Amino acid sequence: MSGRAFLDSDVVHAFRQSPAAIASAFVALVLILSGVLAPWLAPHDPTDLATLSLLDSFKPPWPAAKAEWVNLFGTDSQGRDMLSAIMYGMRVSLLVGFCSVAIAVTLGILIGLTAGYLGGAPDTILMRIADVQLTFPAILTALMINGIAGAALPRTMRDSMQVPVIILSIGISLWPGIARTVRGSTLVERDKEYVLAARVIGATSWRIMLRHVLPNVLGPVLVLATLGLGLAVLTEATLSFLGVGLPPTRPSLGTLIRYGNDFLFSGQWWVTIFPGITLVLMVLSINLLGDWLRDALNPRLR
Amino acid sequence: MADPPMVEAVGVTHEFDVSLPPLRRMLSREPRRFLRAVNDVSFSIARGTTLGLVGESGCGKSTVARLSVGLYTPKSGEVRFEGQNLAEARRHGGARRQMNMIFQDPYASLNPRWRVSDIVAEPVRMYGLEKNESSVRRRVEMYLTQVGLVPSDGDKYPHEFSGGQRQRVSIARALSSEPEFLVCDEPTSALDVSVQAQILNLMRDLQRRLGLTYLFISHNMAVVRHMSDQLGVMYLGRIVELGDAETIFQRPRHPYTRLLLDAIPDLDHIGRARTPVGGDVPSPIAPPPGCAFHPRCPLANARCREEVPALVDVGGTRVACHAVVEERGSDGALG
Repeated sequence: MSGRAFLDSDVVHAFRQSPAAIASAFVALVLILSGVLAPWLAPHDPTDLATLSLLDSFKPPWPAAKAEWVNLFGTDSQGRDMLSAIMYGMRVSLLVGFCSVAIAVTLGILIGLTAGYLGGAPDTILMRIADVQLTFPAILTALMINGIAGAALPRTMRDSMQVPVIILSIGISLWPGIARTVRGSTLVERDKEYVLAARVIGATSWRIMLRHVLPNVLGPVLVLATLGLGLAVLTEATLSFLGVGLPPTRPSLGTLIRYGNDFLFSGQWWVTIFPGITLVLMVLSINLLGDWLRDALNPRLR
Repeated sequence: MADPPMVEAVGVTHEFDVSLPPLRRMLSREPRRFLRAVNDVSFSIARGTTLGLVGESGCGKSTVARLSVGLYTPKSGEVRFEGQNLAEARRHGGARRQMNMIFQDPYASLNPRWRVSDIVAEPVRMYGLEKNESSVRRRVEMYLTQVGLVPSDGDKYPHEFSGGQRQRVSIARALSSEPEFLVCDEPTSALDVSVQAQILNLMRDLQRRLGLTYLFISHNMAVVRHMSDQLGVMYLGRIVELGDAETIFQRPRHPYTRLLLDAIPDLDHIGRARTPVGGDVPSPIAPPPGCAFHPRCPLANARCREEVPALVDVGGTRVACHAVVEERGSDGALG
């Protein structure tokens, strides 16, 4: 699709008509950019212990009496700047979110296409596996994989492998939904005559699945991937809040919320509230965007 | 020895498994069920000619079409391509390249996410007919021109075309592998009448110029008459009459063929009382015993209800009907 054709398309037109979509896209973009660009934008490096001073601890957020405008969102018990910690935390949350969605989408597309196109025994086996996994809540699947990996890995590797393990466990917990949707659309597409036309000239099953069927089932996957991104960020935050997520050396939004939770009743509310608001904004904007995309791509709602 | 026919079917039978899924079948204690879509069908198509197949919906025409390009493998019997078993011939790209298919629904037969030039070029690329992309492009433009489109149409997507134009794209794709044998599965039934004529004339013109062999499937008698050298009439999976197309149109013998021809509106006989064909096509899962047509046939008798008639030569065409062989129908019961 050329650039002009894209700007002309129905989806872009629907986007311009929807204030909610524009607003949530704006918020999501600002959050994602400030997360990705944290090392360049953040006023302070929260992982650099040498720059911390306990004298700076528990400064309230900016408009308060003792506050300095440098520490816009206040500081925590170690004197870390909360704004910087949140930006670095978002970076970790987004890394986990995008990577686990990428894993889930890859697995879901491959399994869904295979099950739907081949049918028969492969279909039954793959979809029953998906059904079994769907009976476990995503958080439980992630907890189990996390626990198994924690027990299997040697102690020295545990901290360095924690991020890949979390990504993998969230990715695996998300694939069945995508696989089922892809399978459903593949069942519709595989009997269409353009697939037969490719079979007549001797195209292999792989070629038909990837080149012919895949482009026609990607629409719903895009929607699921967007909604899945919000869910993945939330799952990671939940795992980290429960203390089984990312190590304290690489705090994510969930770690920050758990950490700040301890000070909530001693008056230092900002240590947990600001990471919490950021998480809500991030997941909400991504989900609103996904919801809007689902409606925009659904021809029956036009 | 004469050349073998381009395409030949010998006693081809094909069944579809229409049983319930294994678990539900076990619970409801139902046996496996098969739908015999094509039953003991034989025909041969000489190089450069057209065999037309007609029949009602669900009589197995499309299954025959798919069997003859190797999309299905017959349950029994054999399809031969230039004297060789079709499945074996299709293992080599060389033979596969010689056949292609034009489909019924111009809205489903083109991949909506592909540009027309990629759709037409796919066979060219698959078979490696051209060395580089610029010659692929030239070739695609040539085929688009040949079917009456313009080369710049290659940059568009299928949804930008009308039904007739899409069918032209479909034909261009079918031609681009330089086939000798084309299976056309109701290529005009989804089109307006005025567009139908254009597409049919285009196909005949291409046949004359390129020496193509067609298996032409339709339920429209007029379309088949326009296209065919030979004609086969199918009823419930079997060929009931097979022979020279013009002869059958002049002198139909099988009662089913006669009823079909009788049903065509005719400008010369306005107001003529038409014999409505009573009843429905029986279920192919449980076909009636004997001749499958006997429940609807005005000439049926006890023999028809028990014995399946074989195709026999009757005055130049081959007919599967006891009544015709016994000359039961000649007393004018059907006019």
